[in-house]
Amino acid sequence: MASQGTSTSTSIWSKHQIFEKHSYWLMLGILVMISIGGLVEIAPLFYLKSTIEKVEGMRPYTPLELAGRNIYVREGCYNCHSQMIRPLRDEVERYGHYSLAAESMYDRPFQWGSKRTGPDLARVGGKYSDLWHLEHLNNPRAVVPASIMPSYPWLAQTRLNAKHIAEDLRVQQILGVPYTDEMIEKAQQDLKTQATSDADDADGLQKRYPKAQVRDFDANPGTITEADALIAYLQMLGTLVDFKLYDNKANVR
Amino acid sequence: MSDTYNALAGFAQTFGLILFVAAFAAVVAYVFWPSKKRKKDFDDAAQIPLKED
Amino acid sequence: MSTIQDPIQAPAKSMRFGEMAALVGFSAFAFLSIIIAAKAYTPEYAFHAYLFAAASIASVFAIGNRYMNRPAGAVPQFIDGKPNYNFDVVKVGTIFAVVWGIAGFLVGVIAALQLAFPMFNFDLPWISFGRLRPLHTSAVIFAFGGNVLIATSFYVVQRTSRARLAGDIAPWFVILGYNFFIVIAGTGYLLGITQSKEYAEPEWYSDLFLTVVWVTYFLVFLVTVLKRTEPHIYVANWFYFAFIITIAVLHLGNNATIPISLFSPKSYIVWSGVQDAMFQWWYGHNAVGFFLTAGFLALMYYFIPKRADRPVYSYRLSIVHFWALIFIYIWAGPHHLHYTALPDWAQTLGMTFSVILWMPSWGGMINGLMTLSGAWDKLRTDPVIRMMVVAVAFYGMSTFEGPMMSVKAVNSLSHYTEWTIGHVHSGALGWVAYISFGAIYCLVPWLWHKREMYSMKAVSWHFWVSTLGIVLYISSMWVAGILQGLMWRAYTKLGFLEYSFIETVEAMHPLYVIRAAGGILFLAGALIMAWNVWKTITMPEAAAEPKLALAPAE
Repeated sequence: MASQGTSTSTSIWSKHQIFEKHSYWLMLGILVMISIGGLVEIAPLFYLKSTIEKVEGMRPYTPLELAGRNIYVREGCYNCHSQMIRPLRDEVERYGHYSLAAESMYDRPFQWGSKRTGPDLARVGGKYSDLWHLEHLNNPRAVVPASIMPSYPWLAQTRLNAKHIAEDLRVQQILGVPYTDEMIEKAQQDLKTQATSDADDADGLQKRYPKAQVRDFDANPGTITEADALIAYLQMLGTLVDFKLYDNKANVR
Repeated sequence: MSDTYNALAGFAQTFGLILFVAAFAAVVAYVFWPSKKRKKDFDDAAQIPLKED
Repeated sequence: MSTIQDPIQAPAKSMRFGEMAALVGFSAFAFLSIIIAAKAYTPEYAFHAYLFAAASIASVFAIGNRYMNRPAGAVPQFIDGKPNYNFDVVKVGTIFAVVWGIAGFLVGVIAALQLAFPMFNFDLPWISFGRLRPLHTSAVIFAFGGNVLIATSFYVVQRTSRARLAGDIAPWFVILGYNFFIVIAGTGYLLGITQSKEYAEPEWYSDLFLTVVWVTYFLVFLVTVLKRTEPHIYVANWFYFAFIITIAVLHLGNNATIPISLFSPKSYIVWSGVQDAMFQWWYGHNAVGFFLTAGFLALMYYFIPKRADRPVYSYRLSIVHFWALIFIYIWAGPHHLHYTALPDWAQTLGMTFSVILWMPSWGGMINGLMTLSGAWDKLRTDPVIRMMVVAVAFYGMSTFEGPMMSVKAVNSLSHYTEWTIGHVHSGALGWVAYISFGAIYCLVPWLWHKREMYSMKAVSWHFWVSTLGIVLYISSMWVAGILQGLMWRAYTKLGFLEYSFIETVEAMHPLYVIRAAGGILFLAGALIMAWNVWKTITMPEAAAEPKLALAPAE
């Protein structure tokens, strides 16, 4: 390494030459400088208990909801729809109670979004009927004439490929999502049960996943389609936490 | 939590402000101070892209 | 890497260690890829595995072929006392940059048209807006910007170190491997393979491959700096170093995922919810800070002084600029999460440092602009300088706008709106693309040994056409964003929300049309550049000379 210093003054500024003439020191300097901010802002989020509020009702996604969520991710819905209601008057009136950190505690990846070309979806669950969603996904302009959303006609025509859904649950379990071994074992069956009206094991599913909505979502009882999964996901968004019971003051941060 | 927050915010808005203004002034002074100590070094370094080989 | 010089005059050709290792590595990887393709869970993933296999096999043939045709012995580091620069990789990177730039701008225009007229989605899964938007962002940031950064860094590090680029096959692996990653990422989006983390959408296997390419890139750059015959590491190289190192750290942090199987493209991220959001915007904001800012500031610190033939205004300021910028930038991520479920203390920190960030940003801008002091006439006579100086001016503008938008009160209006899109594009089109175009206009004649670009008039046309495009783009998005933000929060006298959401969407339509027009102009400018680059490369040597007269630009 070339390093013949020309100036050897003792001023503090001459010490800076070490970075100008030695690439290892320069790299070390860069690493130190970029680590501080990241560590200070990220690390506390993992150990400060106040980061995630204590709430009743949060549970992991059912296999069908998870499959629907993965379609939501695949189609890039997050590019235009946020899932994060800010505590501002107009947003709370338009979309409902502001979003809590706890509500996305099982979200991998998070879907808060950064842009509202379309409306926020954090609490869209239960606001529209299944049939409305089906029509809207097929051709948004059939139900909202001025909509600029793309049509997704292939969702209702594509059979859901969920052969490996148990593996998805298994990996999430490894990552700390409270899926039990029973849930993983029954994942395939739960997925079918949830997309079927009057299914036999609906009670078992309800026990494993409280508040799970069980029915045929896409008006096509013969086949479990991608539309079934996506609508099941949309219909549960924001429905898990009962805000009549939520104590806001207990979670002041 | 909010007490800690207010304390920290108060600190940031007083001493933090003074600190950063002072740091900023020091940096500006350093950049424009007509010192000779490293001037030649820096002038040489600044010429690197202009040398032809 | 086989940079060891053999002092013994050995005429017998033998395989270098790097060649051997690459042959074995690529062969093994081809084999693995074929197995994965056969057992893949989805046809899309099988397609990617086959692409990996084909690329590995092609690499084996290319390396074998190169071995057969190359002379025996090591490549000389110096010829007649001058460094034996390796500019072939730079040429390839420059051409990739131009091609990907056009592709990325074109996809942007299509996406803009889709928002103005949804029929442009054509009801096809592969090109619906949700899949095309990541294709656009990745194509312009990573394909266009990334190739500009790799190509210029390989050029600048050699020239300012006065040393040949380190490595034999390694630099080729960097440039070709990186572009192969682009192909995998881009086709992945169209096929629905994404992890939905903005600007980090590629799935786990693309991320792993990029990590290997990036580490190689870092080593090539580092070893070249170590070989330098110049005692001082020039400031542009510091910015390149910060860019390469920080992007590696960010990439690893934000892509920490576990795949559900070796045979599935799907993975789940280690972080969840609020922590994942913080990791994402720590990544996302610093992709702006270190990819789109630090990297391109390196271009500013090399190409503006070189083109203007004057040293940088203040070398001391560049040192302060460097340390202050990299220290402060890393804190600014939480301003993307104002008023969300991220704890307030983190939002406040993010806002504070974002405002402070204004200072080093403008320090850098002043340093770039003042380099021209005493030679302002070049703005009139040299359209390439004009492009680069306007780039620095746009840098100043968007680094003022950014801190302003990160103030929570402003952000409550601007967040989620088109204003953000306008802000991003004033930086991306005005700063990143313009400084890149300027660097390309410098590099192409230098690399292909021409006196100047084929047509300086075309450079001028490029400048004016795309400037008009930028103005249309950012002004329409400002109006759209502020209108949108105000309509969302508008109340009637009776205290009801005044507008339904769909009314705010309808109000966007004319502005979306103007934005698309701006994008088309910007694309047109880039096409002029591509034509000019092609003519420059293919023109006979002498043709350029008469045009060099310093006539005032029209």
